[in-house]
Amino acid sequence: MAADSDTTAGGGDGEIVTDVVIIGAGPVGLFAVFELGLVDVKCHLVDILGKVGGQCAELYPEKPIYDIPGLPIVSGQELTDRLMEQIKPFGATFHLGERIDGLARRADGRFDLTTDAGKKFNTRVVVIAAGGGSFTPKRPPLDGIEAFEGKSVFYSVRKMSEFMDKDVLIVGGGDSALDWTLNLQPIAKSVTLLHRRDEFRGAPHSVEKMRALVAEGKLRLLIGQVTALHGTDGWLEDAIVKTKDGEQKLSVNALMPFFGLTMKLGPIADWGLHLEENLIPVDTEKFETSEPGIFAVGDINTYPGKLKLILSGFHEAALMSQRVHKYVYPDKKLMFQYTTSSSNLQRKLGVK
Amino acid sequence: MAKITFIQPDGSQQTVEAKTGMTVMEAAKLNDIAGIEAECGGACACATCHVYVDAAWREKTGKPAEMEEDMLDFAFDVRDESRLSCQIKVSDAIDGLVLRVPSKQF
Repeated sequence: MAADSDTTAGGGDGEIVTDVVIIGAGPVGLFAVFELGLVDVKCHLVDILGKVGGQCAELYPEKPIYDIPGLPIVSGQELTDRLMEQIKPFGATFHLGERIDGLARRADGRFDLTTDAGKKFNTRVVVIAAGGGSFTPKRPPLDGIEAFEGKSVFYSVRKMSEFMDKDVLIVGGGDSALDWTLNLQPIAKSVTLLHRRDEFRGAPHSVEKMRALVAEGKLRLLIGQVTALHGTDGWLEDAIVKTKDGEQKLSVNALMPFFGLTMKLGPIADWGLHLEENLIPVDTEKFETSEPGIFAVGDINTYPGKLKLILSGFHEAALMSQRVHKYVYPDKKLMFQYTTSSSNLQRKLGVK
Repeated sequence: MAKITFIQPDGSQQTVEAKTGMTVMEAAKLNDIAGIEAECGGACACATCHVYVDAAWREKTGKPAEMEEDMLDFAFDVRDESRLSCQIKVSDAIDGLVLRVPSKQF
């Protein structure tokens, strides 16, 4: 085994040295671990979500998928679980809740990657399996909201103490909205929870706690929607809220909207890759991008005849792996083998 | 078969023919109706095929199911007449349906 293939944290500057970094831990990114593993290539996976499975786990964990070969019906979550079981022998390392922000080619042809959390990778190959892009909080289409973001409009909380003297307006009816309502209520000057209907998707015990606080007069609950924001220099002064009794002005200086997640291409757009309508063109032999050593598989890529199907991504991962093997082991000949008959592959899979 | 009319925020109208059994979202996408994004492809997993059902048709199209209500939480300017068009099935009963496309999907 080439030294190259050893995944270590032994590089300078605490960087992680590896063969491959896969960006995106959706079904195709997960299956890429399998195909790369069969050719002795070690992987690290990075995903912005706090869990594996990508859209399958985030958007439709319960919904049945009918077009996975050999599985007449499988839910998004079950497919994810099965893929995790299938790739277990290859010991990939997961970096969840992180996004690759920076990519730069090194003088030696390898790549330096950095995550938004400051983690660094030194990798021979990059495999982009980012699906529809990275999941980011939905921005309510309120005029001028961008100007407030980071100063008085927040989609997540880094330091709760920042809300200490704030009049906070939280919008939404799911767990994020309820959790932050309950967490910030004891800290903030005041908390108002606004939701479009008097029913909540969040966990029942959170809903109960929230209602109890409302009954005690410690929390204001409004049923309605925000229609406008006012303030200066990014500092929110009030929000206009439409309820069934008409419009009212709420004096608030912090807003937290929780309208779920949407997929955005994100930093990938800044890496100098050739893009076509936010997709990455690849060849259909190796699924390599315009940059040698950077591959794209699954929904994020495009080529003549491309279909955004999970099964297409699986095929792409298999072919991509053949080329990646050449990058990682330039002097080794790759013999094509079947898992059904190859004792070598079966040993890797731990079945022999 | 049903004829479905989509009215844009600027008042422009487009009437399309939809086959029984498909969804109203699919009929909109097949006919390139502006403002129907359907990001998730009809899985009721986003809220970007949001429409307002004309008052005369609200009874025929019915109320959103629980899952659809949950998803409508992610839409903007949701009203009593709000539906996700991927959850409205085309049938003869809705021939003539009139829908308004919201000014923004998000």
